[in-house]
Amino acid sequence: MINKVVATAAVAVADIPNGATVMIGGFGTAGMPSELIDALIAKGSKDLTIVNNNAGNADTGLAALLKARQVKKIICSFPRQTDSWVFDGLYKKGDIELELVPQGNLAERIRAAGAGIGAFYTPTGYGTPLAEGKETRHIDGRDYVLEYPIHADFALIKALRGDRWGNLVYRKTARNFGPIMAAAAKCTIAQVREIVNLGDLDPENVVTPGIFVQRVVEVPAEAKLIASPGAAA
Amino acid sequence: MKRFTRDQMAARVGRDIPNGAYVNLGIGLPTMVANHLPKDREIILHTENGLLGMGPAPEAGAEDADLINAGKQPVTTLPGASFFHHADSFAMMRGGHLDFCVLGAFQVSVTGDLANWHTGAPDAIPAVGGAMDLAIGAKRVYVMMEHLTKKGESKIVARCSYPLTGVGCVNRIFTDLAVLDVTSEGLKVLERAPELSFEELQRLTGVPLIDASAALTAEPVVTQRREHA
Repeated sequence: MINKVVATAAVAVADIPNGATVMIGGFGTAGMPSELIDALIAKGSKDLTIVNNNAGNADTGLAALLKARQVKKIICSFPRQTDSWVFDGLYKKGDIELELVPQGNLAERIRAAGAGIGAFYTPTGYGTPLAEGKETRHIDGRDYVLEYPIHADFALIKALRGDRWGNLVYRKTARNFGPIMAAAAKCTIAQVREIVNLGDLDPENVVTPGIFVQRVVEVPAEAKLIASPGAAA
Repeated sequence: MKRFTRDQMAARVGRDIPNGAYVNLGIGLPTMVANHLPKDREIILHTENGLLGMGPAPEAGAEDADLINAGKQPVTTLPGASFFHHADSFAMMRGGHLDFCVLGAFQVSVTGDLANWHTGAPDAIPAVGGAMDLAIGAKRVYVMMEHLTKKGESKIVARCSYPLTGVGCVNRIFTDLAVLDVTSEGLKVLERAPELSFEELQRLTGVPLIDASAALTAEPVVTQRREHA
């Protein structure tokens, strides 16, 4: 019997080693797998490369992981927000490396990794500082930049419901990077509000098929978080 | 000099968004356009974090942390809305499915280059978000900005001094002084603020302008233009 359900967040992240590349889902705090991040902080893995759209909000979740000095490098599109003071402090002191990627290129690089694409040409960023030094190509009257996939050792994502095969459904705009990160990582760990019986998820509505998910942890609904009003794209 | 107010600017942009359009409104000033879309048109708003059919802010107390816009503020869904993941969301832009985006700007050049993500200051933390994808992805790119900096310098320039967001991507510029089209012949002034002469606008802007405008008196006149065949 296939059973991807693990008992606790601590067990789920127990083998994330020092130096791992870890994708973390979420757009700001929507879809951020906070309990898995807390478990990673407790585990204490160091020198991590983190892939996320942002670079943490306030003092919890991803910001707390940065504050614990476990992150060597972050790959993201929008680090600067009204409440990104943890990242801001580390960056200004030179204590964290930043790879800034346009948001659509970030998404497509993650998607490409999951889809087995070796590289792709994209029009986004052409002629800007974020494409400096990259290969370009003129195709059918338009200029493109060559971008490479972003692979990861682990992905930590959050979904609404999951089953023991790893099938997932999400909730509203908390879906964001979850489905593409699930496909891009060698080991995807999903925290879900509720684990349901196999067959309870309508196959027509499964968003992430279980083949992309290796571990599922149930974390019941937390206290309602208020969206963080950061000036962010 | 009478300038267009921010609400007038937002209303003016709204009039240039046709019925049936799929539209992304950037953070800041462009967000105001949502309040000024003509009521008789069905216009679908896209937010890059995975929602088409975005509705207005919820009532106090009805906020949902899982339902936010690109500025991470709580929003609602309208009947017919859909959710999708980030790669699909940006395929909607890059793939040429999104009809319009409205962006703020630090500078726009006479050839439609856009600078709106980074001042280039050495101590500034760079953040780009979806700006570059929107700039090159939407079928038409509208910029909405003040015409002049606080120091009185034109934000419409011969060549952007700030780092670029996109090359030759802007189609139309809406400022507090004028509405201008970026064309192969140069910048065409379509409308001017009330009582602002073309000569004065030309003097303030610095780069060469082509007069295709009528001076407006009192309320701006609605001009109908076909954006799409």
